[in-house]
Amino acid sequence: MPDEHASEPSTFATAAPVPKPDFAGDATEVERELRAARSGAGRWRRKVPDPLEVQPARGLWGNAFRQLLRKKSAVVGMVMLGILVLVAVFAPLIAPYDPNEVLLGQGVTPRDAPCIHLFGCAEDTPQHILGTDGNGRDEFSRILFGARVSLAAGVGAVLFAVVIGTAIGLVAGYYGRWADSVLMRLMDVLLAFPSLLLAIFIVTVFGPGLVNAIFAISIVSIPIYARVVRSTVVSLRESDFVKADIALGVSTPRIIWHRILPNSLTPLIVQATLGVATAVLEIAALSFLGLGVQPPTAEWGSMLAAERNQVFTAPHLVFFPGIAIMWNVLAFNLLGDGLRDALDPRLNL
Amino acid sequence: MGRFILRRLLTAIPVLLGILAVVFAIARLIPGDPCIAALGERATEEVCNAYNERYGLNRSIPAQFAIYIGDVLQGDLGTSFRFNKPVTDLMIERLPTTIELSVAALTIAVFVGVPLGVISAYRHNSKVDVATMVGANIGVSMPVFWLGLMLQYLFAVQLKDTFLSLPPSGRLDAGMLPEPFWEKWGLPENGVFEFISNLVIVNAILTLNWDAFWSAFTHLILPAVALATIPLAIIARMTRSSLLDVLGLDYVRTARAKGQKERMVVLRHGLRNAMLPVITVIGLSLGALMGGAILTETIFNLSGVGKTLFDAIESRDYTVVQGFTLIIAVAFVLVNMVVDIMYTYLDPRVRSADA
Repeated sequence: MPDEHASEPSTFATAAPVPKPDFAGDATEVERELRAARSGAGRWRRKVPDPLEVQPARGLWGNAFRQLLRKKSAVVGMVMLGILVLVAVFAPLIAPYDPNEVLLGQGVTPRDAPCIHLFGCAEDTPQHILGTDGNGRDEFSRILFGARVSLAAGVGAVLFAVVIGTAIGLVAGYYGRWADSVLMRLMDVLLAFPSLLLAIFIVTVFGPGLVNAIFAISIVSIPIYARVVRSTVVSLRESDFVKADIALGVSTPRIIWHRILPNSLTPLIVQATLGVATAVLEIAALSFLGLGVQPPTAEWGSMLAAERNQVFTAPHLVFFPGIAIMWNVLAFNLLGDGLRDALDPRLNL
Repeated sequence: MGRFILRRLLTAIPVLLGILAVVFAIARLIPGDPCIAALGERATEEVCNAYNERYGLNRSIPAQFAIYIGDVLQGDLGTSFRFNKPVTDLMIERLPTTIELSVAALTIAVFVGVPLGVISAYRHNSKVDVATMVGANIGVSMPVFWLGLMLQYLFAVQLKDTFLSLPPSGRLDAGMLPEPFWEKWGLPENGVFEFISNLVIVNAILTLNWDAFWSAFTHLILPAVALATIPLAIIARMTRSSLLDVLGLDYVRTARAKGQKERMVVLRHGLRNAMLPVITVIGLSLGALMGGAILTETIFNLSGVGKTLFDAIESRDYTVVQGFTLIIAVAFVLVNMVVDIMYTYLDPRVRSADA
């Protein structure tokens, strides 16, 4: 039997410098996997890995990414998010109209039903594929531009909350004692209020507007991240490699930065991705209540709020912004679930 | 067990105090002069001084806080500036709406979510499973206010003349004023009776008023479904994943090896043990329900706690804001406590590890 592994580096040859797997080599590996996955016989081969076959070195992230690609729902989430990002970036190029331009008098009346020439809408009426809103603006263009606000607000709110929450979680988890009690009781108090209610309060105190809405949603979600970080820090503190560092006299900031933080990153990333979904929903809810984005800025929640009393006569003006919100939230939810499975299968809801 | 409950009660005290402090602070932080808000723009300085004197608003902040705590402990939540009646009276009037709504929503969520989760786990990776999980993902991603509006459009406009037609807003048909049960039974009026009679469905049953019952029931369906969606999806997902975990355990294999029917294995051995995390999730979804109630009540025009609170914030009705927030937060803490206690009751391991 010819030795098919002769040409590949062996695990036993680590004494000699191991040649780095170059890109071309990696590509053939991927190709082989793909071929194996497609053919029925290959599937058997994959289940019983050849013990002599060398697994090319991949980092944690490389592995996680490959895991992610295997989950159908995660791929759907990534594609949905990709489309959304493209829409947000290229909104001015895709949008047929200026989102704030009032088109009344250009063959448009307020709340026109969708008109698509391809589907039999009269050629002499201007095409508005999602209709026009109460002010005679093109709904489709407004929805496209709304992607910018929704994405930026959701991600922004979570980033701020993650930074503050991580700091609180690190201090509480690492120093323990009274710092832990005080900070975590404070988080308990924040968690004792329904998040939307607390957010409404904060916006009422600071005044309505996009920035304040983002700030409010951020504050409300801090406890989640503080708790996640704290729980990993507490378990890491007792681990041998941190104890060893302490015994060696490594400074506390260095331990936190180089040992604790990188190791608490995984649950944090999962939580943050799912958190963006919640944040997008809550910012839309605030805007819906008139506390978030103010007109005339195109934002899905406030677009929906503006036309909510017309739901019986012009349902499309409520329907489409809602679908857009759902698209954004669903993308992050699917991606978050996929990341959880890929990064740490032990993590649970 | 008794000791555990006591300890759990004691740990809730600092949280409750914190809630009181936050509620008090928030009411002070909301911009706008309460005197102007209550008496109107034309209130003179003299009038305002008298007003502040009367409500203790001219005292120092710590003094106000101390007075506030004392009042709350005596069950006095102040008087609403806007409605000119005690906040407790307002609660007797408004709280039942929200209770009815959230109980209905939670019932739907549990009685649909748990079976869906069980079927998904039992038929793991089948079409039913995939469909349920896709549905659950969409369910958690839906804005409540959008769903509410769409349900209104579907059932009150599109299906208006069919047997599926449902009323889009309110609690009862217009003009319907059902007789409270205490009046019918010749009982004296008091707060508790009034509270119960404001639960329109309960009152309808007590007075055997089936027209009112049907009206209240049909009015409740749409808001309850809208409010139930997110908890339902979460509960279905949690039941599924928890049951899948349990079904892989040794004792389930033993039960199967004993030759027990698969249904018995899943329901008796599996589900019983899988319910623990599900109960936690059910408890936690109460917070989501209360948040959702603000939106749902606004859309379906129900004067419950959520809508009243939102209106009170807009009109700077301090005492109402304080009182209603307090009730919501305290209810939330209490529910979590009950969940914790139930958890220990159901799983003795938690008890021994904690005691």
